[in-house]
This record gives sequence, C-alpha cells and structure tokens, in this order.
Amino acid sequence: MADKKCFVHPYIPNSAPAVEQAMLEELGETAAENLYRVIPDNLKLHRKLDLPEPLVSEYELKRHVEKILAKNQTCDEYISFLGSGYWHHYVPAVCSEIANRAEFLTAYWGDTYSDFGKWQAMFEYQSLMGELLNMEVVSSPTYDWSSAASSAIMMAVRITGRSDVLVPSNISKGRLSQMKNFIHGRANLKTVEYTANGTLSLEDLHKKISADTAAVYFENPTFFGCFETQGKEIADLAHKAGALVVVGVDPSSLGIVNPPADYGADIVCGDAQPLGNAMNYGGGACGFIATQDDERLVAEYPTLLVSIAKGENEDLWAFGECTHERTSYVKRGDSPDFIGTSQWLNAITSGVYLSLMGPAGMKELGEGILRRTAYTIKQLSSLEGVRTPVFNGPHFKEFIVNFDATGKTVAEINKKLLSYGIFGGKDLSRDYPEFGQSAQYCVTEVHSLDDINRLVSALKEVLA
Amino acid sequence: MRKNIDYHAARWDEPLIMQLGTPGERGVLLPACEKQILEETDDPANILPAHLLRQTPPELPEVSQPRVVRHFMRLSQMTMGFDVTPDISQGTCTMKYSPKINEVFCQSPKLRQLHPYQDEETVQGILEIIYKLKLFLCEISGMDDFTFQPGGGSQAIYTNACIIRAYHEANGEGEKRNEIISTAFSHPVDSAAAHTAGFKVITLMPESNGYPSVEALKAAISPRTAGLMITNPEDTGIFNPHIHEFVDLVHEAGGLCSYDQANANGIFGIARAREAGFDMCHFNLHKTFSSPHGCIGPGCGAVGVSDKLVRFLPVPRVSFDGEKYHIEFDHPDSIGQVRNYNGNIPAVLRSYAWIMSLGAEGLKRVAEIAVLNNNYLTKKISQIKGVTIAYPEGGQRLEQTRFSWETLTKDTGVTTEDVRRRIVDYGIQSYHTSHHPIIVPEPFTLEPSESFSKEDLDLYVEIFSKVAEEAYENTEVVLTAPHRSTTYQVDRSGCNDPEQWAMTWKAYRRKHLK
Repeated sequence: MADKKCFVHPYIPNSAPAVEQAMLEELGETAAENLYRVIPDNLKLHRKLDLPEPLVSEYELKRHVEKILAKNQTCDEYISFLGSGYWHHYVPAVCSEIANRAEFLTAYWGDTYSDFGKWQAMFEYQSLMGELLNMEVVSSPTYDWSSAASSAIMMAVRITGRSDVLVPSNISKGRLSQMKNFIHGRANLKTVEYTANGTLSLEDLHKKISADTAAVYFENPTFFGCFETQGKEIADLAHKAGALVVVGVDPSSLGIVNPPADYGADIVCGDAQPLGNAMNYGGGACGFIATQDDERLVAEYPTLLVSIAKGENEDLWAFGECTHERTSYVKRGDSPDFIGTSQWLNAITSGVYLSLMGPAGMKELGEGILRRTAYTIKQLSSLEGVRTPVFNGPHFKEFIVNFDATGKTVAEINKKLLSYGIFGGKDLSRDYPEFGQSAQYCVTEVHSLDDINRLVSALKEVLA
Repeated sequence: MRKNIDYHAARWDEPLIMQLGTPGERGVLLPACEKQILEETDDPANILPAHLLRQTPPELPEVSQPRVVRHFMRLSQMTMGFDVTPDISQGTCTMKYSPKINEVFCQSPKLRQLHPYQDEETVQGILEIIYKLKLFLCEISGMDDFTFQPGGGSQAIYTNACIIRAYHEANGEGEKRNEIISTAFSHPVDSAAAHTAGFKVITLMPESNGYPSVEALKAAISPRTAGLMITNPEDTGIFNPHIHEFVDLVHEAGGLCSYDQANANGIFGIARAREAGFDMCHFNLHKTFSSPHGCIGPGCGAVGVSDKLVRFLPVPRVSFDGEKYHIEFDHPDSIGQVRNYNGNIPAVLRSYAWIMSLGAEGLKRVAEIAVLNNNYLTKKISQIKGVTIAYPEGGQRLEQTRFSWETLTKDTGVTTEDVRRRIVDYGIQSYHTSHHPIIVPEPFTLEPSESFSKEDLDLYVEIFSKVAEEAYENTEVVLTAPHRSTTYQVDRSGCNDPEQWAMTWKAYRRKHLK
C-alpha cells in the first residue's frame, strides 16, 4: 500500500502496473503525476490527504457500512405516524425492481437514439401524471414539491408581468422558507391568513388581491391535512383579478379527489414521492409542474419537457426535448430559473407505480387513506385531554393532534412512545407555536387496524 | 480488434404503457380496510364534499403485473446505461463505475425506510454517515463545512449564489454588489443560477489558449462585483493556470469566489479549492463520487464553504457533540432551505462507501488514471482524420478534452450531430457536444474517467476511426444513421411546434389521433 505503484484497485482498471506503464510509454511520460505540469506548483497539495485507511476488500467495507447503518431504527421496525408532506407508503416490489435495473440506474443524458427506453419511460411518466392531474403538459421532475411550487409561482410572475404572489400561511414553514429564498427580490410574497377551518381566508384574500397579483397559491389537502374546500371560489377570485391560480396537490389523493385543473388551477405542482418512491431519509422526492397545453405557459417551464416525435407511421416514433432553448442550458445568464440533474429515476419509478395501480388502485388507495384517517381521528379524539382534529372537516392522511389539556409536551410523549415501538407525529410546537403542544399525525394504506389501535392504547398509557 | 460491427440495440417495438392492458386487469393490490374501520367510518362519498369527489376516474391503463414488468424491462433494455457500454462519450459528466456493493447498502431498509422527521436518536447511523462524509469532503476540498441539501449540481451552484447574496446583504452591500462574473466554458448554470438569485452576469470569453485573460477579468471587476463563479478545469479540460490571480483580484475588489468543482475528477489529492483561495465550492456526488446518474438524477450537489460563510449554510445541519449526532435548525443567518430535508441521502451513503474503499491513495490514483486515460485517448482521437483539438495552444488537458469535427464537416458535409448518431450503431453512447454557447465548431467532448481500461479506450478509438472513414468514403451511411439502434432517424422538429408537440399521451391523442 505504501508504494503507489502497487495500489491496484478493482474500480480502476488501468491501475494495473503493466497497463499504466504501456500507456505512459505511449505518451512519452515516466509517471502519471507528470501530467499535472499545467497546474502551478503553489496550487498543488504537497501532502497526502488525511482520510481513514481504506477498506479495500469489499467484505470489510460491507461490514463497516452495515455496522453503521444498523444503528438506525426504521419505519419498518417501528409503527411510524410521521408525515408532514413526506410519506410512508407501500412501495410495490416491481417499482424497486425497475428502479434498480442497471440500465436505468446508470444512464444519464444519452439521446433518443441511445437511451430510447429512458425517454419513453419519461414520456409515459408525464402521460400518466397528465391523466391523474387532467392536464396536457407535465414537466420532467424538479428537485421536490417546494422547488416545483417556487418555479411555478415565478412562471406566473413572468406570464402576468405582475409583482405579487399570495400564499396562505397553512403551508409548511419549510416550503415557505424555500419559496422566499427563491423569489427573493424578484417578486413580493404576501401571506394570506387561514380560517378556523384551516382553509384559506377568502376575506383576507379579498383584502390582499389586487391588479398587482400574479399568482394565488394554495394546497389541497392543506399542510394541516384538511381539504381546501373553496378551490373554485379562490380560483374565481384570482381569475377575476387577472392572476393565475397555482395549486399544490398530493397526487396520492387524486384517485378519489377532483384534480385542481377541474376547479380552475392554471398551474399544478406537487411531489410524486408517494407514488412508489421509498422515503430514503428524504431522497425520494420528485417535484412536478403541470399545465394545459398553452404555448404561453409552455414557454415559461424551467424544466426539460419530453415530447413524443411522430415518425413516418404510427409505429415509428422517437422522443425529443420540447423547446430546449427555453432552458437555462441555453439562456445562461438571462435565465430566470435553472434546471440540471434532478430526480428522473424517481419519476420513472412513479410511472411504474401508476401503471401498476391503474384507476382502481388509485381509487382504493384514496378511499383507504380517507377511512383510516377518519378512524384514527375518531379513536384518538376519545382519549382524555386529546383534541383532534384541530380543524373541522374531512382530512386526508394527516391531521393535527393537540395535547395541551394533558399537561404533557409532544417531545415527552414522543420519547415515551418510542418505548412502545411507535414514532409519534411530528412535533409542531417549534414551527407553529399558535397550536400549543400539537403533533401532526399521518396514516396511510400501510397502517393496519392493529397499528392504529396500538397507537391508541399506547397513548392512553403514556398520557395516564 | 472487435469493432462492434455486429452490434444491434434491442428493438422491441414496445407499445406505450397507455396502449397496454384491458379493463379490469390489476397490477398490484393494496390492503383493504378492516371490518371495524369500515363499520366506524362513513363511505368516502359521504366523507368528501360532493364538489371534491372525483367524478371521472383518471384514464390510467389497467395492466396485469407480468405485463408491466415486461414493459419496463424492455424499456430498460433499450437504454444504454454505463453498466452495458464504456461510456466515455458524455464528457463533462464524469461517467464512472458505480460499485455494486454500494447499491446493496442503498437497498437496505436501514436507509430506505427512514423518515426525515424521525427522532435523531433513531437515525444515529445515517447522521454518522452524513457527518463523516462532510469531514472527508472538507479534507478533499480544504473547505470548513458542507451541506448535502442541494439535489444536484445546478441547485448547489444556486445555493452558492444565495450564500454570496446573503454575505453581501449581511455586510450592508446587498444592493450595491449585484454582479457575478463567470466564463463561457463554465457550466451554463453558473450563470443561470446566479441570475435566478438576482444577479447580473458578466461572461468572460476565452482567448486563443481556451481561457480568459487576467486583463478581461480586471475589466469586468467593479465595485458592483459580488463574486466569481467558475469551473476549473473548464468544460474544455483546460486548466486555467492563472486561477489564483483571478481569485485574488476578485477578493481585492470585495467579492467572493465560488468554485464549481463538477470537473474535479482529475485533481483529487492534487489541487484543492483552498490552496487556490476559493471561499466556497461544490462537488457532484453523482458524478465525481460514484453515485449512479439514474437517468438524470437523483444526484447530490455537495456545497462546501470556508469558515466565514458557515453561518449562511442551509438548515437543517448535522452536528456531532463527541457522543451523539444532532440535527440543527437554529441558525438565524442561514439562507434557509433550498430543498426539503437533508438531501438525496442515498448519494451521500454511496459517496461515503466509495471514499472508504479508496482512501487517500486511491483517490489520488482515481485522479491520475483519469488524467492518464484522457491524455492517452486525446492523443489517439486527435490522430483520426477530420478531428482537431479545440484550443491547441491551451496545453495539456486534464480529465476531459473538447474536440472538433470542423475539418470533417468541411471535407464531407458530415456534422458532429451525424457522427453522434452513427457511433450509436457501434454500441457506444451518443456523445456530449458542448454546452451553449457553441464556440468550438462541430464540437464533441470526451471524458474517459478512471473506470475505463486501455482496451475500452482502444475500442473507442477504433470505432471513431471507422466512423470517420465512413464519413469520407460512405457518407450516406453516416448521414442516415442510426441503422442498428432502437429506432430509426425521426424528424423531431415537431417537438418545437406547438401544433405538434405532445408532452403527454393526452395531448398526443388530441393532436394526432383525431
């Protein structure tokens, strides 16, 4: 190991001494390090990097990494009620199988003539999402929901030539932070209050909407888990003022819930993570933007857009990028947005998921979540000192549980729940002090009756 | 030597998924609600207000599981991933081998089944990986702290632009310092992300040696200068030897210097951001650190900063108190969030494992062999009739080289796009030409990372020689390529025509199947 010439590594074919020697001879060089003569000496690091001794054998590496990973406790080992915009759903084995296909896993920017299958898979993802969203244009992925929402809002600013964007304060604080960062100095982000039902306040919207309003953004379901029931009223108000309506949506709800396009959304965004992507500690995100097929809207998409290209007959086609000159790759320093490596493999996986689920699967998914949510709320609300839901009306997946009357903090409760093998809901007391000691709980199709009942009996003991 | 002349891509004539299946088929079933849940809750049609209830089901296909599997297996077979071909073609992308053992780690439920809001006690393992990779990258770059929140290189550059903005705002110079300087051969997003963050961008053009002059930089610098955002070596593979002077001049003018290290594969253990004086940098974990490219992501843009900028890094951050790892939000000067949670963590895990497998010597060998491979390939490719090296005065190249088919085009009419289609017939990936602006005529850019053998390089050269020969002697076969690919040449101009383009099957049905 000390002698560099002997450092032959399986990942580096030409580290084999004889090959390296032959190649150096071809170049008339004596050592590879001589190839760095273009780098001035004062820029060079004249010492060895201080890194741990390598575990060159695969077996040792495996033991080392798995030992560290073993310190994690997972949502398989615990019953998790965590959500808050990022969800534990079942990932069908077929999704994992396709996402792990080496051809997809290791491909990158190849064109339709070399990576035809990748382009078809992306076109299919866009198409399946288009059916779910009832929209004719769907973007290739953005980084996540928040980046999709931020880009969508700025699309509206450019299209309308106006300066204000109205965002209700019933979205997550993280999303709001990301939007503000993105919009910074280029538009005015104004927040609209929410009502006692958790929905956007039409009264406050009336006050704040004006001829300067470029976009009104809202989410359905809201971050609080209750539905935004006034979608059409909001859209009508916004349209009357000449603004565009941007709606963020959880696509796993759309088997039973009307897509935002049907109540007036001009731009829809969200995250395809719940559609077949494992949580991966935050790595499963897959933002999308969708609109109708309007040239004016298409011109403002920041992402790549995959279009089918018709060949000489119906059976011959190829895929290409729609208007590549729109993107930051061409616009460079004049570009109002940017794109690059994003989340394509996750999008392909979501395409697989929707292919498996079909309309019946998506309907059953939505119905199952709606009923489990209603059941869990009902059971928890019967516990002494527990108030849930904090907002009225039907909830999907998520709901807020308030513990003020128990005299215990969410942090205490969640610590205790760990010993019952349960991850309690996300503590909202830092981001939403107005809710007091509240947690956001989440149930999906992965939660059985037994899981929910275990939560209820554990909480009963913890709160006693 | 074999020249892959008998190669033919898979051509399954596979329909679109929307054309498959029959009504009533099912691909996967979900757990039904138990009796008690059904009894104690109302029918969904009663739970939801009528106006929210979906009336028309989405027109998704109804396909059985074996057919879905076969469909996507076929699509994968019609995709030329790194694992099936020596992908030297995608210059600037650092295509390299993604070790299989790292995929084993990523398939572990100990990663897949972690929710980002879990109690930090329950995620000590993954926090340890994140924290230790930060330390490794600090050593590799000389920076003082890192974040892995950005989901790709572009978002990392954007993050750096936001940090530059926050730094000047904190100094009360936010209004005044509104210009970023970049170069024509830095990645386009160095300009685009800076502009998105609100800056005006000044682009320095290359001299005859391939990089901009110190004089051009001096002319661009002013009291409005917020910073320099630059790649080095640039996308041409040329290392700007005056980089330290560039950095010094921008610093003297009060600006910050951000190093786009997407092209770092040839300088591991050789040269670092710190020695060149940079304040911040980013690495692409999906390029340089072996995480697979996944058909354009998920990737990870790891952003590193020097001490004076640490307070501006995005939240949450991962820290270590000597015993336990923690997730921190309380950093009031932070630019906030650029992406949800801690980033694309599988890329972080793979990078950690990759560095642990190589160590300091291994990383240096990666760089040296990548540069050796490129110099070997560059010599051989440049001997092919019709090829020239862009900016021959620029001296020796590092990990990649930009070439030109200008001579070939003048001689034969065959363009770089034609060659790009033809090489696919020999089982190699279509190459990267150049980012915009196209300064080098008929460009192509090759990057033979450390993952390729001499045999791979020799085969690659043979194929290029063969295609050049065809261009001179059998021009038509190149112009009409591909011939042995998944599909034939299709006129794709419709993708830019609003009447014809179709981003979904829904739009295609309306426009083309009336």
